[in-house]
Amino acid sequence: MTVLEVKGIEKSFGESHILKGLDLTVEKGDVIAVLGPSGSGKTTLLRCINFLEKADKGTLVFGGREYDLANMTKKDIAAVRRRTGFVFQNYNLFANKTAIENVTMGLTVARKMDKAKARTIGMDLLEKVGMADWHDRYPSQLSGGQQQRVAIARALASDPEIIYFDEPTSALDPELIGEVLAVMRRLAEAGMTMIVVTHEMDFARNVSNRTLFMEHGVIVEQGPSREVFEHPKEERTREFLRLEDSPHV
Amino acid sequence: MTAATWELILESFTKILIPGLLMTIPLTLLSFGIAMVIAVTVALIQYADIPVLKQICRFYIWVIRGTPLLVQLYIGFFGLNNIGISIGPFAAAVLVFSINEGAYCAETIRGSLEAVPKGQLEAGYCCGMNFLQIMTHIVLPQAFRSAFPALFNSLIGMVKDTSLASNITVTEMFQKTMQIAGRTYKFMPLYLELAFIYLMFCTVLTWVQRWSEKKLSHYETQGGR
Ligand SMILES: Nc1ncnc2c1ncn2[C@@H]1O[C@H](COP(=O)(O)OP(=O)(O)O)[C@@H](O)[C@H]1O
Ligand SMILES: [Mg+2]
Repeated sequence: MTVLEVKGIEKSFGESHILKGLDLTVEKGDVIAVLGPSGSGKTTLLRCINFLEKADKGTLVFGGREYDLANMTKKDIAAVRRRTGFVFQNYNLFANKTAIENVTMGLTVARKMDKAKARTIGMDLLEKVGMADWHDRYPSQLSGGQQQRVAIARALASDPEIIYFDEPTSALDPELIGEVLAVMRRLAEAGMTMIVVTHEMDFARNVSNRTLFMEHGVIVEQGPSREVFEHPKEERTREFLRLEDSPHV
Repeated sequence: MTAATWELILESFTKILIPGLLMTIPLTLLSFGIAMVIAVTVALIQYADIPVLKQICRFYIWVIRGTPLLVQLYIGFFGLNNIGISIGPFAAAVLVFSINEGAYCAETIRGSLEAVPKGQLEAGYCCGMNFLQIMTHIVLPQAFRSAFPALFNSLIGMVKDTSLASNITVTEMFQKTMQIAGRTYKFMPLYLELAFIYLMFCTVLTWVQRWSEKKLSHYETQGGR
């Protein structure tokens, strides 16, 4: 079953053409790793399909409906967002809310869910990401890895069809990356549909079922992760993988 | 100082303090309360970039900040009287002080709103909240926290500015002191006494500020990010 389909998405910032007509299809349970050098438009792609940026062109098929990305109504945006989750590179937890409040806000405020019910759901999710013991801490009292795990629980709160991750471990100290990747791996194994922009090659190779390599606003190569990693078709992909795989010193 | 001067100081103390409690403080609190409502509204309109309304807000701030408070008081009382609108000195003072303070505080709050990281707003959208929900639950509380010292500064300034209301016949502390001084010609002790009472009021406010800041800072802890 197709969860999401993006067709011909284009985006420019002023003179610079950032996304040059990308197509993307996501099936239920897919974990798609998006690779590419810095500045290739990965963040812009995720932001456009969750309407944090307005695309200039393109269509989105989601939940059995087709939307024109350049002409979304507020209502349509809200309807799609209610069924998607977003995890930011720098977590973006609400600074004035505790971990549990961060997770339940979307339920109690946006959906007017009963506070007690939302709390039960929220505590369950914090349990899942190993943060239940920290539920009453504020973001400033948590490490980066802990904040990102709370952010993942927050993205899960709305029971989304798909979660977008924008380099979820790039802002983390190396020793904290593992705990976040472990949570994401468990989500993937539980069947969650995810698009993950990442520089973690092990995650892309071993956890994602499809890998997509983009550069200069176009998809250079995509396919089953095993194939892309073991037999990359394009010279650019080979070069990129070689550089990323070499130890960073 | 003579015994008579001491007696005058003691005797006038309550006479000055009472209009302070009954006039200066209510005038300040009422005007500041209304000013805050104006300020948050005007700041939010600018933050949300609402066309037309935004231009009106800029115009309001431009005019109010570019004209003297004393002149505004005269327009609000004598001027309005002149064109047949008489609302009485106290109401005129509240009107002018809140409109005046609203403009300054709007700028303070707008600055603090813009200093809240954009990611907070974006995360709110991604959780399904709408603009107003994000503002009330996330962005405004954080902006208010960082604007708090500056806003309190404005409040303390306003306590003293209310003395200008004496010009439009409001019997607050300064007006009362002038009356006593006019009768007794003891300017030095009386005005020093008045200054001391203002200082007391503001000292209490400083304590309140310190206490509130401690209460408000619960989510900011040392370290972390
Ligand atoms: N809001 C913006 N305004 C102008 N240029 C932008 C904006 N956001 C991104 N860009 C530009 O778009 C290009 C792609 O950025 P981005 O999508 O963040 O790349 P990636 O996530 O792959 O590193 C970069 O050159 C960046 O400078
Ligand atoms: Mg990026």
